[in-house]
Amino acid sequence: MAKELWKGNEAIAEAAIRAGCDCFFGYPITPQSEVPEYMSLHMPEHGKVFVQSESEVAAINMVYGAAGSGMRAMTSSSSPGISLKQEGITYLAGAELPAVIVNCMRGGPGLGTIQPGQGDYYQATRGGGNGDYRTVVLAPSNIQEAVDFTQEAFDIADQYRNPVMVVCDGLIGQMMEPIEWRELPKRNLAPKDWATTGKHGRDHTNVVNSLFIDPNECDVHNDHLAAKYAEMEKNEVRWDEHNCEDAEVIITAYGTPARIALTAIEQLREEGVKAGLFRPITLWPFPEKALHDLAAKPQVKAFVDVEMSSTGQMIDDVRLAVEGQKPISYLGHAGGVMPTVEEMVEAAKKALKEVK
Amino acid sequence: MKKEIIISGFGGQGVMSIGKNLVEAGMAEGFQVTWAPSYGPEMRGGTANCSVVLSDKPVGSPVFSFPTELIAMNGPSIDKFAPTVLSGGLVLVNSSVVSKKVERSDVKALYVPCEGIAYEVGNPKVANMVMLGAYVAATGALKPETIEQMIHEMFTGAKAKLVPLNLEALKRGMACAQ
Repeated sequence: MAKELWKGNEAIAEAAIRAGCDCFFGYPITPQSEVPEYMSLHMPEHGKVFVQSESEVAAINMVYGAAGSGMRAMTSSSSPGISLKQEGITYLAGAELPAVIVNCMRGGPGLGTIQPGQGDYYQATRGGGNGDYRTVVLAPSNIQEAVDFTQEAFDIADQYRNPVMVVCDGLIGQMMEPIEWRELPKRNLAPKDWATTGKHGRDHTNVVNSLFIDPNECDVHNDHLAAKYAEMEKNEVRWDEHNCEDAEVIITAYGTPARIALTAIEQLREEGVKAGLFRPITLWPFPEKALHDLAAKPQVKAFVDVEMSSTGQMIDDVRLAVEGQKPISYLGHAGGVMPTVEEMVEAAKKALKEVK
Repeated sequence: MKKEIIISGFGGQGVMSIGKNLVEAGMAEGFQVTWAPSYGPEMRGGTANCSVVLSDKPVGSPVFSFPTELIAMNGPSIDKFAPTVLSGGLVLVNSSVVSKKVERSDVKALYVPCEGIAYEVGNPKVANMVMLGAYVAATGALKPETIEQMIHEMFTGAKAKLVPLNLEALKRGMACAQ
């Protein structure tokens, strides 16, 4: 099939429609406004629901209602808007409702900047709301992945009855790149016999709820959720390794910085520096074992973690996985400034020099 | 081949369109391409820019610090980006709007009176097509036939009457680089 040129945000919206998204609820915020814009035009054409809600809080609660009645529901926003949705996301997780949430990240904290950022890593991977819960977090690094992952996110959400997040950053949302629309393998999904669609002569009442007053019941419920998260950790972890076979210095990065790293690695290799990229595709579950095993290889001397974050967030997961086997240094910017190829090249050389 | 191009100018000068035309033509010729816009409040009346990569290998970073070519449609674009162009690179200057010269001896400069030529061929809106013609002729990165074909595909139906105008603008732009 011929490749088509698509803008990230519009591609994500079209991907959701192709994945059978029944309802989209959203609210504009830069840099993701093209998602609701595209949905507002095209969802009605497919006989589907588009609502521009009065706020982000309303949008996520509309998702809760639609998901509870068995619909494929989605919302999208950017960092400050995703913060507002956290209450809804923990309720979705608690009530075991499938939904897809797209975060096209910008710089923070607070209102921050509208330029690309990655400061929402903790929020996305630790469960940004209250209670013990997790969401599968898919992090595309190009628009083909954004399209593929958005479609698959609906299946993952349905399979586990759990919210799934697709996190990209402003650059991936705004840029254009050729993509191919392809048929993705569909998962074997159970019918949604738990949905609140009316009793229709059923002998029991379906209840969608995240409240368990009895602590023992709540404990049992949490154990059930924990078992589900363990399944996700077993089945859903994904990552990509580029030029790692003989690499002495490994850059760890996701999203846009991972793309920039590809160019940096090309330059480093031209200069004779054996550099590679380890790119988590699922931020949760984090590819802990794969990274641990990579760090154990004798030729690997050092890691450089690169993020669009001032303090570094994913670096904590990198440290947990590497377990002190090799030194890890950090390169990062926040506030909408992207790390450059030149900075990465320098950081990689410096990291190697320090261990040699 | 790898071209990393910055196209910069006032919002409304067709800066984003030049970039889109470059990536569409690049795709048609089988190159790997990316287009990344600057976005934000600077687009209203201020200077907007986009970054385009055309490559025969998969594109890593869609953004870059040192462009191989700069297309400067207004004065502020020269101030901001001309110092960053790779040594041996090329700066295309819209001399209808920009009076200043490129003050570097290690890069080539080509002055193209985009709006001037656009008026001459009959419509100021084709200033960006003039610049696209100049870029194609000056770099040889893309075939003129690809752009001509694209113009035929871009303007169909009621807009088909715009084809000769755009082809003329393209040709006049190319002549600037001869």
